[in-house]
Amino acid sequence: MSNDGVDIRRRRLLTVAAVAMGGVGAGFTAVPFVASWMPSARAKAIGAPVEVDISKVEIGQRITVTWRGKPVWILRRSPQILDDLASLDDSLRDPSSEVEQQPEYAINKHRSIKPEFLILVGICTHLGCSPMFVKAAEAALWNLGDAWLGGFFCPCHGSRFDLAGRVFQGVPAPTNLVVPPHAYLDDNRIIIGVDEGKA
Amino acid sequence: MNNILTAAMKWVDDRFPATQLWNEHVGKYYAPKNFNFWYYFGSLALLVLVIQLLSGMWLTMFYKPDAELAFASVEYIMRDVDGGWIIRYMHSTGASAFFVVIYLHMFRGLLYGSYKHPRELIWVIGMLIYGLLMAEAFMGYLLPWGQMSFWGAQVITSLFGALPFGIGEALALIIRGDYVISDATLTRFFALHVAVLPLVLLGLIGAHILALHHVGSNNPDGIEIKKNKDENGVPVDGITFHPYYSVKDLFGAAVFLFLFAVVMFFVPEFYGWFIEPPNFEPANPLKTPEHIAPVWYFTPSYAILRGIPDKITGVAAMGLSIFVLFLFPWLDRHPIRSIRYRSTLYRFLIGTFAVTFVMLGYLGTQPATLGFSELSFRLTELYFSFFLILWLYSRERAAFVYFAVAVGAGLLLVVIDAIRFDADKAMLLFTSSLMPLAFYAIFVLGPVFTNLNESKPVPERLT
Repeated sequence: MSNDGVDIRRRRLLTVAAVAMGGVGAGFTAVPFVASWMPSARAKAIGAPVEVDISKVEIGQRITVTWRGKPVWILRRSPQILDDLASLDDSLRDPSSEVEQQPEYAINKHRSIKPEFLILVGICTHLGCSPMFVKAAEAALWNLGDAWLGGFFCPCHGSRFDLAGRVFQGVPAPTNLVVPPHAYLDDNRIIIGVDEGKA
Repeated sequence: MNNILTAAMKWVDDRFPATQLWNEHVGKYYAPKNFNFWYYFGSLALLVLVIQLLSGMWLTMFYKPDAELAFASVEYIMRDVDGGWIIRYMHSTGASAFFVVIYLHMFRGLLYGSYKHPRELIWVIGMLIYGLLMAEAFMGYLLPWGQMSFWGAQVITSLFGALPFGIGEALALIIRGDYVISDATLTRFFALHVAVLPLVLLGLIGAHILALHHVGSNNPDGIEIKKNKDENGVPVDGITFHPYYSVKDLFGAAVFLFLFAVVMFFVPEFYGWFIEPPNFEPANPLKTPEHIAPVWYFTPSYAILRGIPDKITGVAAMGLSIFVLFLFPWLDRHPIRSIRYRSTLYRFLIGTFAVTFVMLGYLGTQPATLGFSELSFRLTELYFSFFLILWLYSRERAAFVYFAVAVGAGLLLVVIDAIRFDADKAMLLFTSSLMPLAFYAIFVLGPVFTNLNESKPVPERLT
């Protein structure tokens, strides 16, 4: 080995090259560690569609079922409720469902296939709490004011939605509640998780 | 006998710098002689750390990180394991005690300018510790798998989902490891809570103390004691950490442990502030509790998030409210460290900030009614305005600078109010606007029209 001085430039080049190669190696090593944090094959598999019998749901009643670990609401609306929907349009953020929060077949004024039955994922679009179903008569309990025609109120951060899952203005939730893909198997049975026309 | 001990110590010292380490950090570490009440909280934070590590290790011996078993295993610890209840309450009380101590420790830094040159890195490392501690507490709170655990985790992981361009959704997914909070989330939070974060925390705490002992401690007068040394190079106004401050801190520890024991034995849930009532119910993914709020130490940030009626802005403001604390050393560049010699207006400013912080903390625990949301919004404005004034007061400035700040801030506030204007609550909006108005009138016009912003002379030596 020679003792004449040190070639600084050569040493710097070797240092940079070694660090770069090491960095690439570390990058590849990180792959399985990061990948392991993604949903596992088992988590992905638990997404089976859910079949629900809706013949026993009364007018004004809401039932909750679980689909992909999330609550899904089925609400049977009265003609009165459906008539009232249009009157709220001015105080809503997205009254005509322009943001993609529903399948094609639910882009209409009642956000559902059959006007009577509203199917929604019961998770607030703000930060994921499950809003409460508050009927018009119960508005006072939650300070929702006299004009409340019934709807969904999120206790976590005060977001409000009407009885078509449409978000009001001036609340933290940015978009309407999600309508999941669903289809009617016959008059009394629906399936959640499968698109209309593919069931 | 003495000879044998001395010889044994020498044997060790020849192989490991035991005596040298002791002297550097304890035996001959010279700290200013005028430490007061506020200086208890550093050593108390270490004490709580030990309590948490010890009780936490023991809890892992009985706890089961499994969505099916977790809730029952906590009940098992409480009912069937001998001494289990006391270990668990030690750990839950310790979590809150940690934040009490840390908040007071940070406030001490504010009072005496401990973040200023040359201690900027001590502050930054400390803030990293604070951030990690919040992550640690949050993940720990999921483990009992109660209603609050579940929905709290749901809300916090959804916060990441607010980031734009699809990054947020991907990030929330990778944190949860599932499309909802589930067993996958629980097991990884367990690993992070008991192994990953504690290891990183220990490293950072080591760095915090090493950096402190490198530059030396600040003190209530904010005067550098190293500028005045005797012929042996020992600061004239310094006393060794041991025995002077080790004994003082021992007294603090005794008082602290007394209070700790009172809470642990008599009010472990602390009226719902340390363990929230809904967390005694097992997690139910279909039903959110009627009123959900994070544990008290997160509520100031939470109130900021909730006060802003827009998802992305709210999340950004919450993140910024923590991040801006990192910048203290570069925002407040006034040459005088201690509040003792700063102006009357500066004292009032720090007081206002403390009150704002506590009020935000209270609002974060309350339901989001119209009035409370509005109040949170105004307090958020004051919270951020504080940092502007902190910067403004860094040195003497010409009158036009104050006017420029007043006009600039005023315009910004008007624009913000115009954006969020809503005819239904116009009255509320106008009334509440008195808060920022008064704030700016006092703190921006005060220095121009009064002499309340004049600093006091700083003495040469500690008082």
